[in-house]
Amino acid sequence: MKERLVVIGNGMAGVACVEQILKHTQEFDITIFGDETHTNYNRIMLSSVLAGEKEYDDIVLNGIDWYQKHRINTKLGVRIADIDSAVRTVTDADGNVTAYDKLIFATGSSAFIPPMAGVDKSGVFVFRTYDDTRQLLELSGPGIKAVVIGGGLLGLEAARGLQVQGCDVTVVHLADTLMERQLDSIGGGYLRSKMEAMGIRVLCGRSTQALLGGTHVEKVLFKDGEEIDANLVVIAAGIRPNSALGKQAGVTVNRGIVVNDQMETSDPNIFAVGECTEHNGQLFGLVAPLFEQGKVLAATITGNRGPVFAGASPASKLKIMGVEVFSAGNFDCSRPGVEAIRYEDSSLGIYKKLVLKDGRLEGVILVGDASDDHRYMDWLRTNKDLSGQRRHLLAPPPAEDKGQDVASIPEGDTICGCLGVTKGDIIHAIHADGVCTMAQLKDKTRASTGCGSCTSLCKSLLRAVAPEFEEDKAKVLCDCVPFPQDKIREMIQSQRLKSVQDVLDIYGNGRGCEICKPAISYLVDVVWCGDHEEDRSARFINDRVHANIQKDGTFSVVPRMRGGVTTPAELRKIAEVAEKYNVPLVKVTGSQRLDLLGVKKEDLPKMWEDLGMPSGQAYAKGLRMVKTCVGDEFCRFGTQSALSTGIELERRLENLYTPHKTKLAVVGCPRNCAEATVKDIGLIGQDGSWQVVVGGAAGKGVRKADLLITVETTELALESAELFFQYYRENGHYLERSYDFVERLGMEKVRRETVYAVDEARQGLLDRLRKSKERSSDAWLERYNPRATQFVQIEPMETPVNEFAN
Amino acid sequence: MNSPTNWTQITPAADIPMREGRSVKMGSLNIALFNLGDRFLAVENRCPHGHGPLADGIVGGHGLATTVTCPLHNWRICLDSGEVVKPQAQSSPCVRTYPAKVENGIVMIDMSKKLSTEQAA
Ligand SMILES: Cc1cc2nc3c(=O)[nH]c(=O)nc-3n(C[C@H](O)[C@H](O)[C@H](O)COP(=O)(O)OP(=O)(O)OC[C@H]3O[C@@H](n4cnc5c(N)ncnc54)[C@H](O)[C@@H]3O)c2cc1C
Ligand code: HEM
Ligand code: SF4
Ligand code: FES
Repeated sequence: MKERLVVIGNGMAGVACVEQILKHTQEFDITIFGDETHTNYNRIMLSSVLAGEKEYDDIVLNGIDWYQKHRINTKLGVRIADIDSAVRTVTDADGNVTAYDKLIFATGSSAFIPPMAGVDKSGVFVFRTYDDTRQLLELSGPGIKAVVIGGGLLGLEAARGLQVQGCDVTVVHLADTLMERQLDSIGGGYLRSKMEAMGIRVLCGRSTQALLGGTHVEKVLFKDGEEIDANLVVIAAGIRPNSALGKQAGVTVNRGIVVNDQMETSDPNIFAVGECTEHNGQLFGLVAPLFEQGKVLAATITGNRGPVFAGASPASKLKIMGVEVFSAGNFDCSRPGVEAIRYEDSSLGIYKKLVLKDGRLEGVILVGDASDDHRYMDWLRTNKDLSGQRRHLLAPPPAEDKGQDVASIPEGDTICGCLGVTKGDIIHAIHADGVCTMAQLKDKTRASTGCGSCTSLCKSLLRAVAPEFEEDKAKVLCDCVPFPQDKIREMIQSQRLKSVQDVLDIYGNGRGCEICKPAISYLVDVVWCGDHEEDRSARFINDRVHANIQKDGTFSVVPRMRGGVTTPAELRKIAEVAEKYNVPLVKVTGSQRLDLLGVKKEDLPKMWEDLGMPSGQAYAKGLRMVKTCVGDEFCRFGTQSALSTGIELERRLENLYTPHKTKLAVVGCPRNCAEATVKDIGLIGQDGSWQVVVGGAAGKGVRKADLLITVETTELALESAELFFQYYRENGHYLERSYDFVERLGMEKVRRETVYAVDEARQGLLDRLRKSKERSSDAWLERYNPRATQFVQIEPMETPVNEFAN
Repeated sequence: MNSPTNWTQITPAADIPMREGRSVKMGSLNIALFNLGDRFLAVENRCPHGHGPLADGIVGGHGLATTVTCPLHNWRICLDSGEVVKPQAQSSPCVRTYPAKVENGIVMIDMSKKLSTEQAA
């Protein structure tokens, strides 16, 4: 019979250890108990889940298929309550007994709740499990006053997450500076100002006495008598090992379950791994050493006793986007023979400190720029003699490019600190296993499945070494703001970001480029229905001067002619303007209107004034026009009023931005004279009804539009077009034409979420469209209140001396 | 030759909105002036690709470089050095750059470089 191995605790350390055991042998009959109802997930990433950057599916480490494949008896939602080490059985909370030959404690730790009154009120949470996180996500939102007790790594990450969800957040900390265990007071000060700059209030030197209120928490009371409002409290004041079961089993327990260098407890059949352990008097709170422990335990328990666990001084990295904080080793420089090297740039908020002893690195603190952390970690780990490179400790000689930077890393250097994966391991995986995507690399080596901060380094390595490197699917907007557009949209919403620059500052590199700036401009406009801070510097020139730039730097002017209908008076005016401004070319466009080409920028406002017509937005990623046929007003085949319907549709949608240009047409019968079947939205008149079609194209590619719905009245046809228009605005990616959009989502989904959606959803779409419409206006009216020197040719105040001397 | 500077007053700083550019005609020369918030930069207003108006481009940043992207075909030009940074490895000539500064709210450009090259020609 196989030996029976029972693991209590289905968390990161326990399951990682089982993975290692399976590498040694398949000869165990394994049972894992976990009192959470989830399979093993990446607990570290809960911070990112709370901050809306990741979802549950993104953080699963071992899906149920993994347990099945390895024939592991998996007991989820089952808590072990008792152990009898004499007869070697464990008993769960319902009284079921399971026998073991070998037992592993992997029970992790629990949040420490400091002694204070009122912690049992509703609205008070800890932040440890996915279920905690989900509850926090449910309760948080705008208007919620959240107080986080504890200003360490966990507390700050919780605070940021809650704030991203819209809460008004205060962090309360006992010590005088934040993260005092990882940072000195200067570093803590920089961190504090970064948190405050994000809009998080920080109160240091406060000891919490009680949580006040009825059944639900209302206030936090400090020892000095001060009170602050709170309807959500998260306690993140530290962790305590779950070691009580160890005591019941009769093994030696101090603060944690005591293990030796081979991860054995005082009972020869019982082992322990993870945060529940104590080794040489040391407790643990970060994963890197726990995975080391797992490897050692796997060797010991499978009869390969030999490897030893040497303890660890792990590095901490704060996982808040835009706030880089890294700390490792011992940074106390009051000890004799210890010297500190510092670098500080207060306006950039960068602080770096290296602590050296006898020319070797002992500790490091990085705030504001942690891009070099792997270098310092390696110096620490290898205890490298740095006397020869004293000049380059803080600023290495700049590498020529990223590729070379990666190339210069020695093979033995650790890339992924959490899982202890070296550059050599990664190169091996690429050459031996043909790894060429990030997903495959994670699968093979587990690199970057911990805190994720080595992801970009792993990618650079793949890019440099793997001949067939492929970017992973979710396409990010661009390097400046490396998130998919849907994520950015969510962030804008949940973070209440109203300007392009805010998005760039908080989620990007602060500067942006011609790819991301117009995209973010679009997104903030549409998310806030036009109630955003318009930043013209982030728009393409066409949208700054409301005209189309031409190859010689001049512009074209296309006035709006709704439905392609004009009058003799309008034509006369256009003719006069064309002559007055010497317009070199007048052209009938493909969109049933007239284009005046070759206009100088400074002439634009005067021409608009003389024309007295609205902008046709022929330059915008927005509604262009609605083409029409004459319909039943004149045509002998006409069955519906194409002209008046088209003009009304254009009025309802004009002046609005869309992900890409949007061209519409309305025809009076299926003969389709204005080609409605190849438009982004087309209305096709029939006897007694309208067909509304969407996603058509007649450009580089040709695509027949799909039927959205057939309706009886003209008003319903207009409304269906509006529903699709707004739905496309809200869900399309910037620069995604409607024909790609409907193919990406599928017509079934589009129909279900527009014309066949529940009343509230339909009304929501229409309300947001109306709201945007109310805030929009004819762009050419800017001639009356221009933005600074928008249309002006600047003349110099003086000419340089001697300029025209010859 | 160590040419003297030739600071020339151009226009009130307020005329150029943050992170935007404007063109200025200096006789035969067309200069693009950019407001980067903490400083002003001036380059020749002529893209080396197809002579696009750089002053109408979107300002951005990539690594160490502050760039403008030409509105015609998206070439990226470094505003400090005048080099073409995208498309990469372009052997096309740089855009000429001019020292710029703000004094008493007026943007000034040092035109000495222009004079010396023209005189040399
Ligand atoms: C929000 C957050 C962010 C973090 N960020 C980082 C980071 O950036 N870097 C880093 O290195 N570390 C980080 N950590 C810490 C890291 O997650 C832990 O070190 C790691 O998860 C510990 O692994 P473990 O297996 O020992 O414990 P756990 O992952 O907690 O697993 C223990 C499991 O055992 C279960 N259990 C306990 N008692 C019983 C019982 N009697 N019966 C059945 N099941 C039981 C528990 O429910 C739990 O599921 C973070 C932690 C949190 C909560
Ligand atoms: C920078 C490049 C382009 C310029 C300057 C340009 C310019 C124009 C202009 C000025 C019009 C008339 C618009 C109006 O009256 O509103 C037009 C119409 C049109 N353009 Fe473009 N266009 C460009 C790119 C494209 C591309 C890439 C496609 C297709 C993939 C395309 C397809 C069309 C079609 C099909 C029409 C006719 C619309 C109709 O009659 O219904 N254009 N274009
Ligand atoms: S589409 Fe029908 S109604 Fe319209 S012009 Fe053509 S034939 Fe007449
Ligand atoms: S003219 Fe500047 S990119 Fe073509």
